Amino acid sequence: MANQDSQSTPPKDKSAFGIFMHELARGSLIVPILAIITGLLLGGLIVAVTTDQVYTAWSRSPLEAIGVGINAALRSYSALFNGAIGNPERIADALASGEAAALRRAFNPFFESLIKSVPYIFAGLAVALGFRAGLFNIGAEGQLFMGAVASVYVGFAVKGLPAIIHLPLALGAGALGGAIWGFIPGWLKAKTGGHEVINTIMMNYIAFRLSEYLLRGPLQRPDTTNPISPFIETTAQLPRFFESPIRFHLGFFIALAAAYGVYWLLFKTRLGFELRTVGANPNAARYAGMNILVITVLAMSLSGALAGMAGANEVLGVNYTLAPAFSSGYGFDSIALALIGRSHPVGVVLAALLFGTLRNGALQMQIAANVPVDIISVMQALILAFIAAPAIIRTIYRLRAPQQQEDGLHVRGWGG
Amino acid sequence: MSTLSPTMKSSAEYTGGGRRRVMGVVFLALAAAIWLLFARTTQGEMVTTFTLNPGGSQANFPNLEFITLPVLHAIAFVCALLGGYQLVRGFGTRTNAILGLVAALFIFAFLSWVASGTSLNLAGLLRATLIRAVPITLGALSGILCERAGVVNIAIEGMMLTGAMVAAIFGSLYGLWVGLLAGVLAGALLAVVHAIFSIKYKTDQIVSGTVINIFSIGMSSFISAKYLAANRQLNNPGIFPDIQIPGLAEIPFIGPILFSHNVFFFSMLLFLALLHFGLFFTRWGLRLRSVGEHPKAADTLGINVFKTRYMAVILGGMMAGFGGAYFTLGSVGRFDDVMTAGRGFIGLAAMIFGNWNPFGAFGAGLLFGFADMLAARLAILGVRVASEFLLMAPYIATMIVLAGVVGRGQAPAADGQPYEKEGH
Amino acid sequence: MPPVLELKTITKRFPGVLANDRIDLSLERGEIHALLGENGAGKTTLMNILYGLYQPDEGEIFINGRQVQIHSPTDAINAGIGMVHQHFMLIPVFTVTENVMLGSESLKMGGILDRRAATERIRQISSAYGLEVDPDDYVRDLPVGVQQRVEIIKLLYREADILILDEPTAVLTPQEADELFKIMHSLTERGKSIIFITHKLREVLDIADRITVIRRGKVVGSTTPKQANQSKLAAMMVGREVDLSVHKRAFTPGADVLTVQNLKVGDDRGQIAVDDVSFTVRAGEVLGIAGVQGNGQTELVEALTGLRPALDGSVRLLNEDVTRANPRRITELGTAHIPEDRQRDGLVLSFPVADNLVLNTYYQRPFSKGAVLQQATIAKVAEERVNSFDIRTPSVDTSAASLSGGNQQKVIVARELSRPVKLVVASQPTRGLDVGSIEYIHGRLIESRDNGGAVLLVSSELDEIMQLSDRIAVIYRGKIVDVLSAQDASKEKVGLLMAGVVRTATAKKASLGVKPKPKAKASSKTKTSAKKAAQKKKPSRAAKTTRRRKDS
Repeated sequence: MANQDSQSTPPKDKSAFGIFMHELARGSLIVPILAIITGLLLGGLIVAVTTDQVYTAWSRSPLEAIGVGINAALRSYSALFNGAIGNPERIADALASGEAAALRRAFNPFFESLIKSVPYIFAGLAVALGFRAGLFNIGAEGQLFMGAVASVYVGFAVKGLPAIIHLPLALGAGALGGAIWGFIPGWLKAKTGGHEVINTIMMNYIAFRLSEYLLRGPLQRPDTTNPISPFIETTAQLPRFFESPIRFHLGFFIALAAAYGVYWLLFKTRLGFELRTVGANPNAARYAGMNILVITVLAMSLSGALAGMAGANEVLGVNYTLAPAFSSGYGFDSIALALIGRSHPVGVVLAALLFGTLRNGALQMQIAANVPVDIISVMQALILAFIAAPAIIRTIYRLRAPQQQEDGLHVRGWGG
Repeated sequence: MSTLSPTMKSSAEYTGGGRRRVMGVVFLALAAAIWLLFARTTQGEMVTTFTLNPGGSQANFPNLEFITLPVLHAIAFVCALLGGYQLVRGFGTRTNAILGLVAALFIFAFLSWVASGTSLNLAGLLRATLIRAVPITLGALSGILCERAGVVNIAIEGMMLTGAMVAAIFGSLYGLWVGLLAGVLAGALLAVVHAIFSIKYKTDQIVSGTVINIFSIGMSSFISAKYLAANRQLNNPGIFPDIQIPGLAEIPFIGPILFSHNVFFFSMLLFLALLHFGLFFTRWGLRLRSVGEHPKAADTLGINVFKTRYMAVILGGMMAGFGGAYFTLGSVGRFDDVMTAGRGFIGLAAMIFGNWNPFGAFGAGLLFGFADMLAARLAILGVRVASEFLLMAPYIATMIVLAGVVGRGQAPAADGQPYEKEGH
Repeated sequence: MPPVLELKTITKRFPGVLANDRIDLSLERGEIHALLGENGAGKTTLMNILYGLYQPDEGEIFINGRQVQIHSPTDAINAGIGMVHQHFMLIPVFTVTENVMLGSESLKMGGILDRRAATERIRQISSAYGLEVDPDDYVRDLPVGVQQRVEIIKLLYREADILILDEPTAVLTPQEADELFKIMHSLTERGKSIIFITHKLREVLDIADRITVIRRGKVVGSTTPKQANQSKLAAMMVGREVDLSVHKRAFTPGADVLTVQNLKVGDDRGQIAVDDVSFTVRAGEVLGIAGVQGNGQTELVEALTGLRPALDGSVRLLNEDVTRANPRRITELGTAHIPEDRQRDGLVLSFPVADNLVLNTYYQRPFSKGAVLQQATIAKVAEERVNSFDIRTPSVDTSAASLSGGNQQKVIVARELSRPVKLVVASQPTRGLDVGSIEYIHGRLIESRDNGGAVLLVSSELDEIMQLSDRIAVIYRGKIVDVLSAQDASKEKVGLLMAGVVRTATAKKASLGVKPKPKAKASSKTKTSAKKAAQKKKPSRAAKTTRRRKDS
């Protein structure tokens, strides 16, 4: 994916949206879209075959069993929709009544999905930025943890500051925490050639253990034996736009701004040019006088900072505290969504909205249709599989092979 | 033709010298650590007591008792001596063995320090270390099989997790051996997916591994939540009993540590020996390694690169599945969500640490297993070191190895590169 | 008796290319048959078909008169065909024995390797054919010439009768090549037959029994060394009388631009690749560095352009010491660098042509203002350069990957020479290019020289060196063995120097010199000797202006 911005007939309109529309027209988005559809279909299939009623129906007639299965899948997906976007009837009722509280309750699922997308956007941008610079950052999860740790610490330990200072400080601390966790493997890569995939995996586990230690020790809430931090000061909280229960907060817009920032950085600036050159051909970058060491370290640090922001947003916008299980694998999922979004900020935001929506809806699906939320991970894996091996999708849908060589992401070998 | 210029030799010596010096400094640092961290905090007359019978063993072996301080001084002195010799002259090819010796001495000093003024069941610790090394080593062997053939496998974790779950279900339904077989086959199935992706579709192998990891975590948690939580009888396979090797198990001290384990431990030893022999002494291994080093060369000699890689990856998946089954059928007796808890990744680390060699990986597995074991028991031992830091040790150690500080390992040359057959 | 091998109407198409077009070829027992052609003429493709690596689209293969189907290397090996590939197919971390036996292993007890038996056979083969090698050595420790012997032993181990040697001399020094020729003769004496692929004319005339010339995938003719000579073969290879001589202005060297003193550079494996090298390049001259590939040229160029640290010595560019300068600084001082491997170093293939045209100036005004790229300006300037350098591309937004090799190289040349340039470092600038592009690039290099630039031309193509250079420095095993003025240099003389056979008096003295001389002294010495050389050749050089070929 690292170099897909460079096909033979690029768009004339070089705005993000223009590129997106161009890609859409060019057909390179067909595979991702079909991959998502196929993933959802297969998810439905799994729901169907894990529904007990299907098997009782099977003894009567296979056709009936199929009907029951389809029904079960549809019921699950409608629960997912209700949970992710909102129940259309309730929305209609709420609109009819015009009552503010009812409206908030009706639209809450939609905003909840947006909130769930925020860490995905940040973490996805982190991985995408790494890809562009030729770096495979598997460590977003660890960076996210360190970002959360840093921002929660600033959030509760620093007292007496006005929000206008405290909040940016806490966010900055989150970015810094992640950046440090990205800097280390970046530096090791640039200086010793140690492969960033292994190092970021290792850094993930170091981050988990370190945050466990901190939550049992220095950062533990005084009045409890659970590994959980104190609540952050209200001055460090990301402001919310609506009253309870809607938790929609400023972080969403910060995430969008970050996406634009990454886009601008990658495609409009000198540093972005250098970053992409190092990613596409490090030898040529060296030849062109670019400082690969600095750029690699910078790219990993920026990537870590973005992942750290994901953690900071969860802590400062949603939970107001830190517990070990606060991340539902955003960092790992972000690898998938960066690839689905073709390492382009626009694609990443869209994929993140999709993932956030699915994750949020899945909760409702679990309650209403007794389908465990983990089905979402399975679907994500399937979608990523189809994106990673487009030939499968092409075979299923009998698409023609592309004229040009498929964009492939290839990590350079291990160790040396 | 004497194309070997004299400069080549001197440069080779130079790089050797770098490693020699670093190693010497490492030895000296360990000696200093023994002095500063352990000896200085030990009172003169305190006595270390090591129990040499693991719990439940009939054999009666006297305790090992000694006054702590002189032993610490002696160990530190030996380490310093070795470090000095290494700095000045160097141990050459025996450096790694000496490193192992120094590490062992350091660990012994650490334990002596911990047990000073109290008693410590040394035999129990060693036994626990071996047991904890089992899944790590099996994971590493899985990695070695794949990567020696040129396919990077970061999906060991996922394969283990799936293997663990499938083994638990089938073990509960049809007995332990069927469960074990099912776990192995589950690993193989995921390996087939990994192989098809990375060999046939030439997908990036890290991406393919990530797919399998995400899928495995999702699927096992899904099935666990959907079925296992409600139906206890599906998740109660029991565990394999320990096998006493007749005769050997009665040897005092050594017997209970080495010769009284369940099937997983003995299988691991067997696989270890088989894989080492297979890789380096058979046609199978020569061809497998050639495919990981220079697939095109292998191809020109009539070796089927794709077939060899498929075979290696599937065997690797079976190994990981076997290692996964250990968690449910060899250790815990039921499946818990995400119960492998990163052991697959530690296995990957052990593989790198062990330089892609089975016995090296086993050594790393022992070291990491020891850290794992110690972390679990620190609280019991009453040591004021946070266990989390010990648990970090394997990861940090791997990063240090990868950075080449103590001599860089040598990954197979074509590791991670899809093979493209030309002209077809 | 039928020929050992006969190929009939072999045809192979790749997307957009007809690599082999109805090729016929026959090989007699005990014969060395040279397959001659330019890079990209289709020689290697043909041999890969014969070895089962590619499948032909049409055509038949006969061995000893019987038709055979070769679907894989295994089939080829079974048919008695063996091939030494241009890039060795050896595994560095394996021993010689393991490399040789791989694929046809000696076994005991079913699947266990019998190393001793294999080693024994290797020893037999190596003594029978004079292929000296220690079977227990690791291949990574062996010099290239020995590695090639291992490759040949691999074939003999499989009892191949037909040996294909693909460009075997490309990586060898002339002595190693002579050694190889001896081995080839000893092979044919024992009844083996050899197909010898090359694009070097001299070798063909020296060693072949028969010569077949291929051009653009077609056989253009067959001959014998007796009937042929170099120019005739060259004409067959390129399809027209070759006269690559270039027109240049009289030689009027100016001030020193690049001064290299006692330079020492290591290679990737920590060996000394450039050993105590000193030379000067002046404004308005082309200094050619001649040498067989792999004698330190790559490392020398990398050290001069800041891509590789020097171990010792100094490099001065104009009046600045750039020994430890980074590539950017050296570029900013007015150095143009045409790298040896254009796809590896010179281009980002996935980037548009426009971006590649500003690859090392993107950060300067007007291409950037502050931190922001000026994409409109970049595109505009790119258009201009595409036009003025005749780069054939659909648009400046096209990715560099989709251009032909010649146009890719023109992108690099356009980028490097559109800046105000004081020094041009051109490393193998025309390797693998078509004649038209070669001519164009030669013209541009000479233009830089004529406009007062200093040009350092590194090439393993002796013809290129002879045509373009005002002075010729010969590099052999990392040392400059001699510097000749163009009119003193004959092909034979330079060739002998490249082979390390002759050493002139001055070079001998330099190499015997016990200690490197103090820097100031050494520099003055190089300068004076260079000046002397220049004075000597000035008049005759001016008189001798060569005609430029017009038929493009």
